[in-house]
Amino acid sequence: MDDLKRAIRDYVTREYLEEGDDREIADATPLISGGIVDSFSMVSLKRFLEKRYHIQIPDADATPDAFDSVDRIAALVTRFAAHASAS
Amino acid sequence: MPLRPSSSSASTATPEATTGTWDRAAAELGWGRGDPQNIGWYCSDRICRNGRASVPALIWENHAGERRVYTFDQLRDRSDAFAHHLRTLGLGPRERICLFLDRVPELYIGFLSVLKMGGIVQPLFSAFGDEALWTRLDDAGTAAIITQRKHLPKVRKIRERLPELRLILVVDADQAALRPGERAMSLDALPTMSGFEVHATDAETPSVLHYTSGTTGKPKGALHVHASLPAQYLTAKEVLDLRPDDIYWCNADPGWVTGTSYGIIGPWSNGTTQVVLDAGFGSDRWYEFIQRQGVTVWYSAPTAIRLLMRDGAEVVRRYDLSSLRHLCSVGEPLNPEAVHWSREVFGLPFHDTFWQTETGCIVITNLPGMPIKAGSMGRPFAGIEAAVLDPKTYEPITDTGRAGLIGLRPGWPAMMRAYWNNPAAYSAKFHNGWYLCGDRASCDADGYFWFVGRDDDVINTGGHLVGPFEIESALLEHPAVAESAAVGKPDPINMEVVKAFVTLKTGFAPSDDLELEIMNTIRRRLSPLAMPQEIAFVPSLPKTRSGKILRRVLRAQEWGEPVGDLSTMMED
Repeated sequence: MDDLKRAIRDYVTREYLEEGDDREIADATPLISGGIVDSFSMVSLKRFLEKRYHIQIPDADATPDAFDSVDRIAALVTRFAAHASAS
Repeated sequence: MPLRPSSSSASTATPEATTGTWDRAAAELGWGRGDPQNIGWYCSDRICRNGRASVPALIWENHAGERRVYTFDQLRDRSDAFAHHLRTLGLGPRERICLFLDRVPELYIGFLSVLKMGGIVQPLFSAFGDEALWTRLDDAGTAAIITQRKHLPKVRKIRERLPELRLILVVDADQAALRPGERAMSLDALPTMSGFEVHATDAETPSVLHYTSGTTGKPKGALHVHASLPAQYLTAKEVLDLRPDDIYWCNADPGWVTGTSYGIIGPWSNGTTQVVLDAGFGSDRWYEFIQRQGVTVWYSAPTAIRLLMRDGAEVVRRYDLSSLRHLCSVGEPLNPEAVHWSREVFGLPFHDTFWQTETGCIVITNLPGMPIKAGSMGRPFAGIEAAVLDPKTYEPITDTGRAGLIGLRPGWPAMMRAYWNNPAAYSAKFHNGWYLCGDRASCDADGYFWFVGRDDDVINTGGHLVGPFEIESALLEHPAVAESAAVGKPDPINMEVVKAFVTLKTGFAPSDDLELEIMNTIRRRLSPLAMPQEIAFVPSLPKTRSGKILRRVLRAQEWGEPVGDLSTMMED
């Protein structure tokens, strides 16, 4: 789980913060409600997760709420990774 | 003949000469009778003079629970102080001053400040990437940019390419952390300026410069003047139904025209309290905000409404939203399901309103009390002469139900006066004495307009217009991309999202990695709105014999529509 969270954190920091932006992304940092990732950008984040973890996240589950922190995203990925391995 | 509001329905609109409507607004405001003809003054000083100095003008909150409140007197005081500060920093009348800020109080108050010191305020969406920002600042010859620490890296990246940019003002930084040419300021710490004199603007002095996208070329700056105020005041009063005791919430970001015309000028010129939530979307968060603030009038957008619908009626029932009394929507056509849903869950319908950056104010609308035909745009506002025009002759279509171009007879006060540095593009918007909106619609026997679609290749995503040319240009900057075309594809939430068709240069092969890399490149350079949500790697693009890419063919494929005349298309 720690590796998963680190990978998400690193990706969000690299892709969604400008170079020189000194904000720290913690596991509980609000991403959507905090304005770091918007609903349009969620699409590329979802695409990254699906590609990297070989999962499919249905659009109905890719809600702003489910993407609002590294913690929540990790839980979502874990849930669909379990689905993928069970099927 | 031109279609006007009809007296045959129960509409509260009355048929009257268009000039009479705006004269009425001017009379209510005392516009042109000796007071400064300045939007900044009208939105603050005049409201104080009318006895509402102690009424909250802005109640602001962010996602972290921080809260700031400004009364109209504080709004007057802080905007005076900010305007004076801009003057002391060497900025003068008619200079373009960009607000590149999230929805923080400095954005709302800074807007009035720039106007008070006679500058032209240029608000830009803070999610714009560095290339989109540069395009708009370069075109406007912007003298100063007011921003936040978090957006400073983007500004620094392009600064060397902006020779006319003299000043970068950062509203939340320590001076020690800034570079030469960058100045820190704190709005609340600026000294009060008693006796501040608003710049002597007149009705036709330029006020606001909003950039909007077209099919071809760079984004165009629609230039407005202070005379827009009576139109924004009256439409806010009669369409949004704003009253002095309302608590008003406009979801739009002031980086776009709704966020200034009706997120600043409309409510404040009416002396109405507005609430602002600087946080991303969340159904619970939004309903809790409405409940806690006691919001009475809510101006939202179809995309947001569809997101709320997706989360269901159960969420709504957890909150007491009985304070709501009037709901409006803007940005894209409001689908009938959204109107029915809002009636069911809020007990109130959303009223669709139609207008655009260039019109400056609402032009076609569903007025309070008017029978709503779900899915219709409504009828022309009393001061607006609108018609559906034949696309070949530009003459009004007299038979009902036949689609044509939406035309507006020029002359309403809030209409743009120019496209910045682009008289040819401005002239091209007029035919046969009509201003063409670029949208197609039909009109029924009761005078209600029904949206059909855009008349160009501009993509309306989430209520924002995105130009395909700007996306295609950015795509071509990617080392793997040989040719590109960007079109809108249907989306259940955003109406349209961007889809890109790309041919690759020799040595590059399609892959998921490449798709994601290109998506993120566009998002960073332009904006999240412009980022293709899907990229199709294709061997070739449809073109005319002269080599022009036929976007309409790709778009028609996405929408399942007939592709039309292909006689000019080049065969592979």
